Amino acid sequence: MLEVKSLSKSFDGFKAVNNANLDVQKGEIVAVIGPNGAGKTTLFNLITGILRPDSGTVHFKGENITGLPPYKVCRKRISRSFQVVNIFPRLTVFENVQVSILSREKKTWNLFTPSSKLVTDETSQILENVGLVEKRDRTTALLSHGDRKVLEIAMALGGDPEFLILDEPTAGMAPEETARCIELVKSLSGKLGLTILFCEHDMEIVFGIADRIMVMVRGATIVQGSCDEVRCNEAVQDAYLGGSDVCLM
Amino acid sequence: MAQSTTRGKAQLWVYAGLVILFLLPLILPRFYIYLASIILLTGLLATSLNFVLGYGGIFQFHHAVFYGVGAYATALMLTRSDFSPWLGFIVGPFIAGLLSLVMGLICIRLSKLYFGMLQISLGSLVWIIVYRWYSFTGGDDGIHGVPLPDIISSPNSAYYFTLIVTAISLFVMYKIIKSPFGSVLQGIRDNPVRSEMIGINVKRHQLLALIIAGFFAGVAGSLFVVVDNTAFPDMLFWTLSLEVLIMCLLGGWFTFLGPMLGAAIIIALRTFISTYTTYWALVLGVLMMLVIFFLPNGVLGYVEEKIKKGFIEPVIKE
Repeated sequence: MLEVKSLSKSFDGFKAVNNANLDVQKGEIVAVIGPNGAGKTTLFNLITGILRPDSGTVHFKGENITGLPPYKVCRKRISRSFQVVNIFPRLTVFENVQVSILSREKKTWNLFTPSSKLVTDETSQILENVGLVEKRDRTTALLSHGDRKVLEIAMALGGDPEFLILDEPTAGMAPEETARCIELVKSLSGKLGLTILFCEHDMEIVFGIADRIMVMVRGATIVQGSCDEVRCNEAVQDAYLGGSDVCLM
Repeated sequence: MAQSTTRGKAQLWVYAGLVILFLLPLILPRFYIYLASIILLTGLLATSLNFVLGYGGIFQFHHAVFYGVGAYATALMLTRSDFSPWLGFIVGPFIAGLLSLVMGLICIRLSKLYFGMLQISLGSLVWIIVYRWYSFTGGDDGIHGVPLPDIISSPNSAYYFTLIVTAISLFVMYKIIKSPFGSVLQGIRDNPVRSEMIGINVKRHQLLALIIAGFFAGVAGSLFVVVDNTAFPDMLFWTLSLEVLIMCLLGGWFTFLGPMLGAAIIIALRTFISTYTTYWALVLGVLMMLVIFFLPNGVLGYVEEKIKKGFIEPVIKE
């Protein structure tokens, strides 16, 4: 479904992403792992159009989407959540998700119908799915960090995506929040049949939910394969454990 | 529930305010009616700025240009053309909106402060053209004694005209802010990167917001011609833009009616304090400092906060 070929991007000579390759099939959950600074977030920024790649291509459902601006990428039904919380702090929880749906329904040029009457059912439905329905009228600046991360995902869902990119969905969450978030991600894949690409530092989560794993080190893909293949791969052991023979996890 | 009753109350206040404004000419002498007209149309100007500033997060530093251009377009139509005078009141805002589109297309490539700086430069360019083009705009003399249709030529009827047009304009802007476009605009203000990632073409939405704001600034300019019968280059000078910006901050730039309140405070201060001293700006400066320190959300923002606390706290106690 998504095919990334020899993607590269450098900042002032520093090669943040250098020959990254990735391929995600429909319905899969694929994890990207790698040490800090390996270029995972940059890779996601390149796929979603926030950054333009120096070279390489991104194909989505056979269509070349390399270098499209983010709003056009989003209209191909690719949504993402961010590692650092990236929401509308002055709007309420409800409005945050609503704006996302309005945008997908192309109602954003409507100047005179009150927003409060539009797409309310669908917004409530999404909030219910992610478990934020009780906090719907709260200004998002007043939410806990965990709730904000969940709201991130809810906003991404507002775009009715086929392909969902989650950048460290559980970063900074308390253990029970993490568990809830994992359940959410699993149900999105199971119930809604979404294809999910995510990155995460917690290996337990990665090996728990991913179908396949892509390992990045210093901007390059060193291996992509099933959990078992990755677990005992020598290059991966090198990157993570400094070359011991112990398998990850 | 609590929210809808506060909204109901706010609506009641607005209706009551409108009724009082309608009755003013019966009790107030002529000078105060003139002053009230000026407050209304300047408030409209400030509200139109706040549409892009407080709701859109765009640093429109030279908003007075559209006000001045609207006024000049109307005044020129009334003095130099044989068309129906009412057409002048329509043309003014449209020319202002058009200018807003042109300036917007150039400035929108930049964001935040850079947008503001470029806007000041372009606006000053327009000002110097108006200031120097004697044969067309009258240069620094401006345009005086603009002939008006009889029905709005007396101070009281000019006041009513201003009041009605201002009320309609505010209503339309309020509607837009509450529409999907308004929601998106506020989203862009809060977080442009995220807005783009949920499929919004940020620049295009900002451009439309700028056109709308320019249009209503033009409406305010046309109203000034009705109230004062003149148009002069100072209406496009950047100091006025700054003053309008201060009105927004003073009244509360995250509230809808805050800029109107700010306009009322500043114009009233200027009028009454300047009868005692020429240094009225000194008083304004001190006042502004106090506001920034103690009421960072402006006067109306402060009031709104108090009201909200009033109904949120009991809920938390439960």
